Amino acid sequence: MSILVDENTRLLVQGITGREGTFHTEQAQKYGTNVVAGVTPGKGGQKACGVPVFNSVSDAVKKTKANASVIFVPPPFAADAILESADAGVDLIICITEGIPTTDMVDVYKYLKGTSSRLVGPNCPGVISPGKCKIGIMPAHIHKKGNIGIISRSGTLTYETVSQLTALGIGQSTCVGIGGDPVIGTRFIDVLELFEKDRGTKAICMIGEIGGSAEEEAAFYIKKHVKKPVVGFIAGQTAPPGRRMGHAGAIISGGQGTAEEKMKVMKQCGIKVVKSPGDIGATLAKCIK
Amino acid sequence: MNIHEYQGKQLFAKYNVPVPNGILVDKPADAAKAARKLGTKVTVVKAQIHAGGRGLGGGVKLAKSPEEAEKYAKQIIGMTLVTHQTGPEGRLVKKVLVEEGMDIVRELYLSILVDRQTSQIIIMASEAGGMEIEEVAAKNPEKIFSEQVDPVIGVQPFLARKIAFALNLKGEALKKAIPFIMNLYDCFVKEDLAQLEINPLIETGDGRLLALDAKVGLDPNALYRHKDNAAFRDLDEEDPLEVEATDHHLNYVKLDGNIGCMVNGAGLAMATMDIIKHSGGEPANFLDVGGGADEEMIENAFRILMSDKNVKAVFINIFGGILRCDILSRGVVAAAKKLKCKLPIVVRMEGTNMEEGHRLLEESGLGFIIGNGIKDAARKAVKSIQ
Repeated sequence: MSILVDENTRLLVQGITGREGTFHTEQAQKYGTNVVAGVTPGKGGQKACGVPVFNSVSDAVKKTKANASVIFVPPPFAADAILESADAGVDLIICITEGIPTTDMVDVYKYLKGTSSRLVGPNCPGVISPGKCKIGIMPAHIHKKGNIGIISRSGTLTYETVSQLTALGIGQSTCVGIGGDPVIGTRFIDVLELFEKDRGTKAICMIGEIGGSAEEEAAFYIKKHVKKPVVGFIAGQTAPPGRRMGHAGAIISGGQGTAEEKMKVMKQCGIKVVKSPGDIGATLAKCIK
Repeated sequence: MNIHEYQGKQLFAKYNVPVPNGILVDKPADAAKAARKLGTKVTVVKAQIHAGGRGLGGGVKLAKSPEEAEKYAKQIIGMTLVTHQTGPEGRLVKKVLVEEGMDIVRELYLSILVDRQTSQIIIMASEAGGMEIEEVAAKNPEKIFSEQVDPVIGVQPFLARKIAFALNLKGEALKKAIPFIMNLYDCFVKEDLAQLEINPLIETGDGRLLALDAKVGLDPNALYRHKDNAAFRDLDEEDPLEVEATDHHLNYVKLDGNIGCMVNGAGLAMATMDIIKHSGGEPANFLDVGGGADEEMIENAFRILMSDKNVKAVFINIFGGILRCDILSRGVVAAAKKLKCKLPIVVRMEGTNMEEGHRLLEESGLGFIIGNGIKDAARKAVKSIQ
């Protein structure tokens, strides 16, 4: 089993005719993801990557019964793309775009509360259930089907973790990149809940970073609701305060959001906290023995 | 992106949020002229740097005459101001803001921010103005009051009243607080601010409310729709290497160590710094070259890393993924040759065509050290300078 995406996912791609959109659609199709439609306003009626292109998400959903969308739209138009998918009733919206203004996301977040759509991202690598479905920009070949669930605020650090696991012969149920922005649609807690219920997931790996308090909230949630073993890592243990470390959300401000504090709370809540990023895979391996 | 107090006050004024009259000067002689023009008995001379705690560091002075304003401006312009936020190296002051003195009755605190817990905008207020809010939060959290704003309706009069009553405002000041708070929220949203803090917000003897200070940050992601605000950027306030990096679309933050890092992805770049530390070394920087690390990008990154004289070794950690390792290796070899790099370079890369990538590095004869996985590579990087 897996969470969020699997062989029943019918994907539409917003921005399919753009360079990134086309490239990653082809990669997803190669992996076996069922891409059913593309959307580029003004290019309706054309074909791209072998699938029909529509002018609007609602047209695409009506004609193809798409139940998930992925967004490869430039930052000034990405918030609108999310809203359009939510308005059309798409269940799962995955936004890859990095650089969306925060106030746009504040509005989007509020609007989504009143819909049934779930947003993953923005500023994330996407979601993959190895062997079943890949949505996003992660390299397919490093993944292996298995029973570790991964949730992460970072893209390449997730790849690092996946490759450590795969090298040890351990596979993944689903890997979810929740994104590095301050305002994101799906948080650690939301994904933890899904992994806890998923029979195909035996252990969970949670990769956080400095900034905000999402990891602490997740830790308290884990203590109360999660029975499966959880291994955690926090990036930015050596980051200076007050500086933004690449991700818009990765900043220690007013003494809040340090790696030290997050690791302390996580440990207190029963999470196996890994100090060195080189030991994440090995620690998970011990958990499922 | 942080901006100066005087720039923040310009933004406030644009939305009819009252600020004291003030004149920006960069020559001491102009400070006397400015004080005369302002015409108040007392003026305040304030250093303009991107850091808090200026008063304690001697960067804010009360002048009782235009001559005194000039004297203080002379002291402050050209001084290296050290505050708890500048670090021990301090910041060179190039401009001062000369402001009218105010008849202050009370000092309050008001800020607007995007709350990460709720993903919504909140307004924070406190009667304990003039102190660091972190200090108030730690000692007297009950003195901080906050209200969440629904983005659909924005700040309505009822919400502004709630905040004004929480601040214990009465009479004329209470009346003035309603448009003050509503306009300030407009300013935050319409200008796409990332941070807005007024500390202190003052109440005057004649019942006026004014922003005596303005700590404002702009959302860099929204600058494309605020071309005027983009011009607020002050390169003097940034590290020159960081400025160069930004010009090349690289994310670089200088640190104090001696192992220069070049990594793709922010999370992995932080993790690389962390593992260097765990292996007994000290990272010299954070550097994220982004998803598509091409030859030009690598060359730029190399040049910036090596401009830092503390750097004694370079650690390249690239998780290629879709990026092919052979292409990456060609970029690394070309850049190292072009820049005549003599430092030990440890390369760890992962992705397709890895063997080919390693072969190219070895054949270059430049003595690259190849790391097998992140752990091994970090160890080798630390060992290379011992």
